[in-house]
Amino acid sequence: MRMPRVIVLLAALLAAGLFAASADEDGLRRIIAKFADAKDFKATEAVARELAETGDPAVERVLLALADGNLFVRKGDGAVFVGKETGASVTLSDPLTGEKAGEAAKAEITKVKVNNGLRRLIRDLLGGLTLGSADPLTRGVAADTMFRTPDAANIEALDAAIARETVASVKARLEQARAASILVSDGSDEEKVVAIAVVEARGDRDALSLLTAVAARTEGAVREAAENAIAQVNGRLALWAAGQNVWYGISLGSVLLLAAIGLAITFGVMGVINMAHGEMVMLGAYTTYVVQSIIRTSFPGLFDWSLAFALPLAFLVAAAVGLAIERGIIRFLYGRPLETLLATWGVSLILQQSVRTLFGPTNREVGNPSWMSGGFDLGQMALTWNRFWIVLFALGVFAVLLYVMKRTPWGLQMRAVTANRRMAASMGIRTPWVDALTFALGSGIAGIAGVALSQIDNVSPNLGQGYIIDSFMVVVFGGVGNLWGTLVGAMSLGVLNKFLEPYAGAVLGKILVLVLIILFIQKRPRGLFALKGRAVEA
Amino acid sequence: MITGRFFASGADRRVLFTIAALLGVAALVPVLNLAVPPANMFHVPTYMVALVGKYLCYALLALALDLVWGYCGILSLGHGAFFALGGYAMGMYLMRQIGDRGVYGNPILPDFMVFLNWKELPWFWYGFDRFWFAALMVVLVPGALAFAFGWFAFRSRVTGVYLSIITQALTYALLLAFFRNDMGFGGNNGLTDFKDILGFSIQAGTTRSALFSASAVALAAAVYVTWRIVGSKFGKLMIAVRDAESRTRFLGWRPENIKLFAFTVSAVMAGIAGALYVPQVGIINPGEFDPSNSIEVVVWTAVGGRGTIVGPIVGALLVNTGKSYFTGALPDLWLFALGGLFVCVTLFMPKGVLGLWDQLRARFARNGGRTETPPQDAAQPVARSAAQTAVESRGLGAATPEPQPAE
Amino acid sequence: MGKKSGTILYLDGVSVSFDGFRAINNLSLVLDRGEMRAIIGPNGAGKTTMMDIVTGKTRPDEGEVFFDGSVDLTRHDEAEIATMGIGRKFQKPTVFEGHSVEDNLVLSLNGPRSIFPALFHRRSGAESRRVDEILAITRLEAKRNDMAASLSHGQKQWLEIGMLLAQDPKLLLVDEPVAGMTDAETVETARLLKDIARTHSVIVVEHDMHFVRELGVKVTCLHEGSVLSEGSLEHVSGDPRVIEVYLGR
Repeated sequence: MRMPRVIVLLAALLAAGLFAASADEDGLRRIIAKFADAKDFKATEAVARELAETGDPAVERVLLALADGNLFVRKGDGAVFVGKETGASVTLSDPLTGEKAGEAAKAEITKVKVNNGLRRLIRDLLGGLTLGSADPLTRGVAADTMFRTPDAANIEALDAAIARETVASVKARLEQARAASILVSDGSDEEKVVAIAVVEARGDRDALSLLTAVAARTEGAVREAAENAIAQVNGRLALWAAGQNVWYGISLGSVLLLAAIGLAITFGVMGVINMAHGEMVMLGAYTTYVVQSIIRTSFPGLFDWSLAFALPLAFLVAAAVGLAIERGIIRFLYGRPLETLLATWGVSLILQQSVRTLFGPTNREVGNPSWMSGGFDLGQMALTWNRFWIVLFALGVFAVLLYVMKRTPWGLQMRAVTANRRMAASMGIRTPWVDALTFALGSGIAGIAGVALSQIDNVSPNLGQGYIIDSFMVVVFGGVGNLWGTLVGAMSLGVLNKFLEPYAGAVLGKILVLVLIILFIQKRPRGLFALKGRAVEA
Repeated sequence: MITGRFFASGADRRVLFTIAALLGVAALVPVLNLAVPPANMFHVPTYMVALVGKYLCYALLALALDLVWGYCGILSLGHGAFFALGGYAMGMYLMRQIGDRGVYGNPILPDFMVFLNWKELPWFWYGFDRFWFAALMVVLVPGALAFAFGWFAFRSRVTGVYLSIITQALTYALLLAFFRNDMGFGGNNGLTDFKDILGFSIQAGTTRSALFSASAVALAAAVYVTWRIVGSKFGKLMIAVRDAESRTRFLGWRPENIKLFAFTVSAVMAGIAGALYVPQVGIINPGEFDPSNSIEVVVWTAVGGRGTIVGPIVGALLVNTGKSYFTGALPDLWLFALGGLFVCVTLFMPKGVLGLWDQLRARFARNGGRTETPPQDAAQPVARSAAQTAVESRGLGAATPEPQPAE
Repeated sequence: MGKKSGTILYLDGVSVSFDGFRAINNLSLVLDRGEMRAIIGPNGAGKTTMMDIVTGKTRPDEGEVFFDGSVDLTRHDEAEIATMGIGRKFQKPTVFEGHSVEDNLVLSLNGPRSIFPALFHRRSGAESRRVDEILAITRLEAKRNDMAASLSHGQKQWLEIGMLLAQDPKLLLVDEPVAGMTDAETVETARLLKDIARTHSVIVVEHDMHFVRELGVKVTCLHEGSVLSEGSLEHVSGDPRVIEVYLGR
């Protein structure tokens, strides 16, 4: 039974329109009151028609309630209400405005009875009603509803609507709805084949199910056309699904990019593997948590701005910790990359346990600001806002870093130190400071990555560990000393992961990716964008 | 003549003493556990036998890591994988030994397979009902994986931190794989509820003592084998590869083959350690593949002193005793202690406890006016760190530690 | 083929570039069997890269590299080339610092290069004698049991030459053997190399003109990856192009 779903959909989408107070409310109320006197289905039908003929969108609520069997008449005064049954009593509300109008025992009211014929009529009435709506969005939705539940009886209304429609996109949807209606009518085969082409052009899952139904119950040319159309639609849907996977992959890739890019900088410039990098990400996420907690308790109105406060703070916190690690430990271990790896692993254990002691071992709740919740559709793809913003954010961070590295004096110094440390030192660059600041920068970026990750992942002391191996894979895959390598590495690993997932499952997909990287390193031990030449091999 | 030379060296004396001590413990502990009444002060309680037996397996794992890291310069962050594979091979044998005594009473299928509604034993479980086959697999599976992995990695000259990272990725991939139920290794519960081994109840005191002795003897044998490898020309080559890999290549040696052999032998040792470990703790699960386990092994070796044979054993025993104490008494502090240990050992004790001990002894000997020189383990990483060698090989020749961009 | 016979090393039209920079540019060089050749050239002339190509460390983008008249070196890797009989001393002395002087030589001695012989190796009398000989030649007898790390710079250079001798190659590539040596040591090194050249083919790369004069052999001057001038030291040092390159424009 499709009805309730359709009605819920309509109700939700039209709720906005209903707030507009109707000009002739009294007139409507007078018609609604007639439900009290309607003794049989025929009478009820007449009242419903009369309501629909007003063309006023405000009648939606009543008609919907009627179709759902939720329209009641109070025995005492014959007033009509929309009711919602809760146990023995019924919560009443005004049939036009939806305002609460108290409760009533079941014995005090009678339901306005409906049958299936009446329900279908109401649906058509509603469709026709909304087809005439002033709001193109509403008209479009009405067209889609009719498309999903095609009925030969709609053709006339649709023809009229098409004739007066001015918005091209809505017109197209109306035509699709008409085509769908033709397919269920007893029209000629030629007409139906043309209609199939129209439906095929729509190309979504609804079109597919409609075509499948058509192919199942028809013969000959129509069936053939439908089957061809199904193949076409399937092909297009597969493309969309691939697009969706690419999007998921880019989304994962941007997360990897955020986590890995700081690592790429420290590893590229200093040859230091920072095993505590993941914990810098975690610190950033916890900074976000603390900021949000303060905002929640003290300045609730600023909640949508919480990330704006968290970003610089997370950068500073992580950068400060990074600076401390570099000055306190790593600078004594330069030139001994394996020892650095071990010492920073030790640091990561200490940081994890510190956070566990301070904040507890369980996940902390970090909320999404309103502009990061929900999602939107792009063609046949579903995109969520938080992922969308994170992709943009990752690219933004990348662009800023690229600018810093290529266009600022500091970046120039960093690149000079990467290329030839001794020469840079003799040119007067204070290499220890460049090292320390580079490390702080790498850590700070990890911190802001933590802010972004807090929006899509659990904030727990183990947050960082989940990303560290993947980030390393990105750096190793992309090659060090080249930010573009990191970008390409992150995106291709992300996309590869998401493309393997449907076939191999999430875990096996991940294993496959790891194995592929291990094999890839055999071929290009220095990554995709490795520097080549004597200086590197010496 | 040769033995004379061996005995002349303090480091070799230390190795021989360790072997003797291990064999002595292997003979003595079962007696003290089984024959001496509990009231007697010389009685060794059974829980102690199991605990130290476990440590000995860890020591064997640490020794295996030391062979590749300390002597050949390959920092493997995935040795726990070989340990776990050896453990799984043994666990599969123990699983098959349960027979129809499981909860579901299926004579062939282990409980978890019945639970998953499997009708047939997967092919890779065949043969594990025989001990000899399982024992063979304990050696073959880790060895083959190490060989295959090393074949690719060393041939394409993946070195340094890159190698470390991909070994970590290797064990991580295995961790994910073994967590899957449809892999056929019991998913995240792993293999457990073992009943007996070679017909003896696994819970019995005698079995536990026997397993303890087996671990001690295996460790002694591993010490001997490592000692002989390290003392041979091949051992010198390993050190040569560690210190100046490309030089060995221009002398006509193939560093990739040298590393491959060392890595494979080491993986086999780790596998044996895992196989001895599983019956003593009574369970093997994918957690053993956790990368952090493998890194912990590195710290045992570092604490004891890498590039020595006795060091990793001392390190494994020390750190694990500390861990048992901390996790019991101050569980929150253990990770702080372990993390601090990583930092301190790399910063202040690059040669580990053994190196520190030798330094102290040398100072004491000098103060005491004696002329005895401390045992010079030829294999110890030279005082000049790898850093300097690396710096020099770049023609920099600087003595101060300096970062280098990753290659 | 005719051109190659009788040569120990034959390079023709060899080029290699790194990221667009042509380190070696259409280089042709022929070394006869038993010949010693000195190669000079300013920094960046491609001397070390040339050695990298000959020893298999770098693959040339184009050109022919033949050893002993018939072996195409571009098809072999470092270890194969080394076992065929090309030994190399690095610009920066590279010895096994963790090993004694004696062990350094033992590891270099000609012999089987696979795992199991090394694992079960017992030193033969002949090998011991050879090690003694080389220690005598390189004047390191007194240092026999010292760690290589403890040697002076000059001694490390000599140890590395000793390792070359132990390898007993047909062709020796010696990169800056006297860098950082005293004058007396330089003279000694020249004597040693001339000695070696009696039974081996040798290429010496050196900046030190006194040393090159001391060697008294044919000289090749490289510049920007190709041969600038070739002939006796007098001829080369009189060549106006060489003077221009060394003194600047």
